[in-house]
Amino acid sequence: MKSFFYNKLLGGKQGAIGLLVLALVILVVFPLTLDLFRLNLVGKYLTYAFVAVGLVLLWGYGGILSLGQGIFFGLGGYCMAMFLKLEASSPENTSIQSTPGIPDFMDWNQLTHLPWFWKPFESFGFTLIAILVIPTVFAFIVGYAMFKRRVGGVYFAIITQAIALILTVLIVGQQGYTGGINGITDLRTLHGWDIREDSAKYTLYFVNAFLLLGCVMLGRYVLTSKFGRLLLAMRDKEDRVRFSGYDVSTFKIFVFCLAAVISAIGGAMFTLQVGFMSPSFVGIVPSIEMVIFAAVGGRMSLIGAVYGTLLVNFGKTLFSESFPALWLFLIGGLFIAVVMFFPNGLAGIYAKYSQQLAACVKSGRGCARSLVEKLRSLRPGSRTGAGSQAGESL
Amino acid sequence: MSSGTDFTLAIEGLTVSFDGFKAVDDLNMYIDRNELRVVIGPNGAGKTTVLDLICGKTKATDGSIKFKNTELTRLSEHQIVRAGVGRKFQTPSIYENLTVFENLEISYPKGRGVFGSLTFERTAEIDTQIRKIAAEIFLDQHLEQEAALLSHGQKQWLEIGMLLIQDPELLMLDEPVAGMSVREREQTAELLQRICHGRSVLVIEHDMEFVARIAHRVTVLHQGRILAEGAMEKVQKDPKVIEVYLGH
Repeated sequence: MKSFFYNKLLGGKQGAIGLLVLALVILVVFPLTLDLFRLNLVGKYLTYAFVAVGLVLLWGYGGILSLGQGIFFGLGGYCMAMFLKLEASSPENTSIQSTPGIPDFMDWNQLTHLPWFWKPFESFGFTLIAILVIPTVFAFIVGYAMFKRRVGGVYFAIITQAIALILTVLIVGQQGYTGGINGITDLRTLHGWDIREDSAKYTLYFVNAFLLLGCVMLGRYVLTSKFGRLLLAMRDKEDRVRFSGYDVSTFKIFVFCLAAVISAIGGAMFTLQVGFMSPSFVGIVPSIEMVIFAAVGGRMSLIGAVYGTLLVNFGKTLFSESFPALWLFLIGGLFIAVVMFFPNGLAGIYAKYSQQLAACVKSGRGCARSLVEKLRSLRPGSRTGAGSQAGESL
Repeated sequence: MSSGTDFTLAIEGLTVSFDGFKAVDDLNMYIDRNELRVVIGPNGAGKTTVLDLICGKTKATDGSIKFKNTELTRLSEHQIVRAGVGRKFQTPSIYENLTVFENLEISYPKGRGVFGSLTFERTAEIDTQIRKIAAEIFLDQHLEQEAALLSHGQKQWLEIGMLLIQDPELLMLDEPVAGMSVREREQTAELLQRICHGRSVLVIEHDMEFVARIAHRVTVLHQGRILAEGAMEKVQKDPKVIEVYLGH
């Protein structure tokens, strides 16, 4: 059992150290060094990291580029937002509306009763299940339709992008049911617990961080299993896998669903921490941004994707505060640079240079030793004198 | 024609047309258990297409392919493999960035479903089986080597090993000795003689010397049809075969 945990979830020694460092950074360093405003901001970035982790599985290992992961982030976020909005729209809170007891935007749009599909979201249990199940089912339908017909590559990317656009248009257009372009705002409490309070923000930050670490471990488990090797095999030699008796499409559907559900958890945590959900987190631009997060961090590294997300978002906050107009060009340039020069992102750079460094340190010691021996052999008379001194100084 | 046969593979009236061009035209072919059949023919004769049709890569326009009396034309590729048909591609198709061991492990017929693959464990039995197959394909000294670093001939063997580990009853090899040295060809010929026991082997090959060494029976394809069939000596003397193929 212990070895299962160590090898499968942590990924052995190397993986355990990486995960431990990440856990230290997000569980200890950030909470101790950042004020609540910044910590909340980091919490928001970490919700995007869920999507990036999903993309490592889907794109990095599976070779399936989805430019519509915002769909699932959004679905998760909207499910959570619907529950919180209903709680915030109690008849007492909304007594000034012409129809009290329904969300404010419905009242503004002349709705007089709660639409049928909102009703189940009065239950928190249902909402939690919906956050996990709705994106999975949606991903299953899309994945089944695409992968069974062997749609892949650029075509799949374009279709996911189109779906993200359709969903955005749908949300914006159906204002009375969805809150339209403004999204679902003014979320207050979860079972009476005020999520806007400082203590709640701390709690939510940690819940989010633990969930993220859990998702990274889940990803580890999947990637270290035979499934992970099959994903890589499929990416490089799809036909060989198919003609080895595997139904390639079901594997692709599964990894697409898995990436979707991980993204949805991030979306739900986003809503809780930021206090609203809007179509601007569903569409094409955020979806592509999330691909860039994963690319910068390293699309073959679950942990790298988390760092990549944090780094790009710190950059975004920094630059868009001073040069808002330049940010999109900058992130575009960054993406091109990463793809051209660092195809494995930060994680790739780390792997390359950490090995070189280790090799250098090792060979450096070796060099020193051989140098010492040379010196000794050159001056046999002073074996104990100069030789040992040289050895110490080296 | 739909009655049961004793043949491992029974192809009857098989036709496939691509935009009106019949790549395989009303083909009939029967392969016995323990038989090593070689299909030869000039380029474009439809040899590879026949393999594509059997393994489900290409769908037949007409006709039937019966494998142990199961109709294959209606099954999908992975179902055909699971029924017991293995196929090696013309260019070695292996997982270059995995080791020889991992290549064989991935091909091991266990944990083939999504959840099966998530819970797959490398047992002692699997380990033994992989080592046994590796010895058979002359790669037991290269188990931990990355497959990309193997020679072309070794890659061909590895792919054969990846099929053998599934213990198929019909093994189809598309140009197994292409790019092999003389020594490797000899080893491969021995290997093929060994592995056709208890199963049927269908080979496409151009190297006539090699064909003569391994074939129990030879089928000559020409423009999607069978030109001649029988023992190598008989086929080699056939004037039609000499005219369209061997004479060149």
